Amino acid sequence: MNRVGEFHVHKNVRKRFVVMINAGDLRTEEMLLNMGPQHPSTHGVFRVVIRTDGEMILETESHIGYLHRCFEKISENVNYMQVVPYTDRMDYLCAMINNLGYAEAVEKLMELEVPERAKYIRIIACELNRIASHLLAFGVYGLDLGAITPFLHAFRDREKILKIFEKLCGQRLNYTYIRVGGVSFDMTEEILQDIQDFLDYFEPDVLDEFNRLLSYNGIFISRTANVGIIPEEMAINYGLTGPSLRGSGVKRDLRKDEPYCIYDRFDFEVPVGDGEQGTVGDCWSRYIVRVKEMYESAQIIRQAMRDIPGGAFIDKKASNKVKPPKGEVYHKVEGARGELGYHVISDGTDVPYRVKARAPSFCNISILDAMASDANMMLADIVAVIGSFDIVMGEVDR
Amino acid sequence: MSTQAARIAKGKEDAEKIFPMVKEKFPDAVLEESMPAKNADPFLVIEPASLHEVCEYLKNESELNFNLLHTVSTADFLGGDDEEGRIEVTYFLDSTEHVHRLNLKVKLPREGGSVPSVCDLWQTANWHEREAFDLMGVHFEGHPNLVRILCAEDWEGHPLRKDYVIPESFHGIKNIVY
Repeated sequence: MNRVGEFHVHKNVRKRFVVMINAGDLRTEEMLLNMGPQHPSTHGVFRVVIRTDGEMILETESHIGYLHRCFEKISENVNYMQVVPYTDRMDYLCAMINNLGYAEAVEKLMELEVPERAKYIRIIACELNRIASHLLAFGVYGLDLGAITPFLHAFRDREKILKIFEKLCGQRLNYTYIRVGGVSFDMTEEILQDIQDFLDYFEPDVLDEFNRLLSYNGIFISRTANVGIIPEEMAINYGLTGPSLRGSGVKRDLRKDEPYCIYDRFDFEVPVGDGEQGTVGDCWSRYIVRVKEMYESAQIIRQAMRDIPGGAFIDKKASNKVKPPKGEVYHKVEGARGELGYHVISDGTDVPYRVKARAPSFCNISILDAMASDANMMLADIVAVIGSFDIVMGEVDR
Repeated sequence: MSTQAARIAKGKEDAEKIFPMVKEKFPDAVLEESMPAKNADPFLVIEPASLHEVCEYLKNESELNFNLLHTVSTADFLGGDDEEGRIEVTYFLDSTEHVHRLNLKVKLPREGGSVPSVCDLWQTANWHEREAFDLMGVHFEGHPNLVRILCAEDWEGHPLRKDYVIPESFHGIKNIVY
């Protein structure tokens, strides 16, 4: 028997514990660990079966489908306008962009041009919603890693945006605001003033505060930098999009590359991960892209508010009778989590023949199993990795 | 030109450039070119058996470099008196380098048809093909793990089929149909 160590419980406690280990008896054992479906860091109902050796992860197996609500099947049984509320409930954290993607897909089928004012209102609403969504991602990511304060700060500001939305359309989460043909309510002068006040408050002071609070915090950096690195090629191969792809250094943003709505009229930057802390493609890169994107979204809103024209906010005639001709389209937009695509097939009636939604989180989270088996990931890192994708399970399972 | 019109025009332009390239390389595999006059998207219909080699070419040819598979979508057509029923599997490809896109379509019989899996080319296909199998009952040959993904493991039938009958109960839980 070899005496390999002595441990003191506390310096005030006199009793001494002596650990006796026979080196020949040292062995490790693999263990199957079930994480979820009900687990706070899985951001919903997501189950991962983890095979571990001590604290190291050997393999993971993801299970999804706990929140499957048959969005695609329901869409085949209701008319075009009635699908809009269901799109809200996919990615409930940025419902505006879900509405926009669907509405634009149907408008493309109908060859419908929405009024100019509606386009500007859509941009303002979507970008405001993107800020709200990224604020939640920022706050909850801190919470995942044990920092509670940033969460409270983020929710303080997110609340301001939700108040604006409540004034705008009476809803705080599931807006059903952007519809085929335009938007459901006009953005009044009062609301535009509210948004202006919010932006003046929010940027750049609050963003600076966030960076001081969390982004450059030493503990936060050591939990996220160099953790869960995704190389560029692997990210594209797994269909990662949005901040998760840009964190790996790929400059791809549909708002710039394939502009939709009127995004080509605005001047903004596409932030990508640059390895400022750690490596390009690690959790910190994905996180910081979101923080920088909030600033860019604020710039877009300012420009849109400057240029917003008067006039109608909805094409009433077209929105009352949505009956696209026979055909099929695939329309994709840049959501807060990545590229959201809608494949809509019309058979000429007022009920969609088929609606398929390509949810960004569905693709983003599918990389998890490959990451766990490749990298030397520890058990605590899996929480950091899942959080860095900012998944919404409502969208994964649809 | 509005942004929407510009985007549609870009899609047509891509199709006019890429369709002849594929057709020249695989004259037998391309069954149909669909270039709609209006707003619908252009599609290239491929023979199911040669899908994998066409995809391999699309991904590896440096001039095309389709490195991003956006989604795999399926649709069920029951057919009528004059046409046969079919299942359409559509692949939406994208290139992060050249920023162009291509829509590939495969038409399968409703029963017993299968299509080669493209999992080894794009890992995105892994979960998307599982979803297509789960909800539409499309069989992907060579898929490493073709099991249900969204429905329960012991679910019966494929819900997105047009002739799917909603079960009365599942494990003793009664299904209420409104």
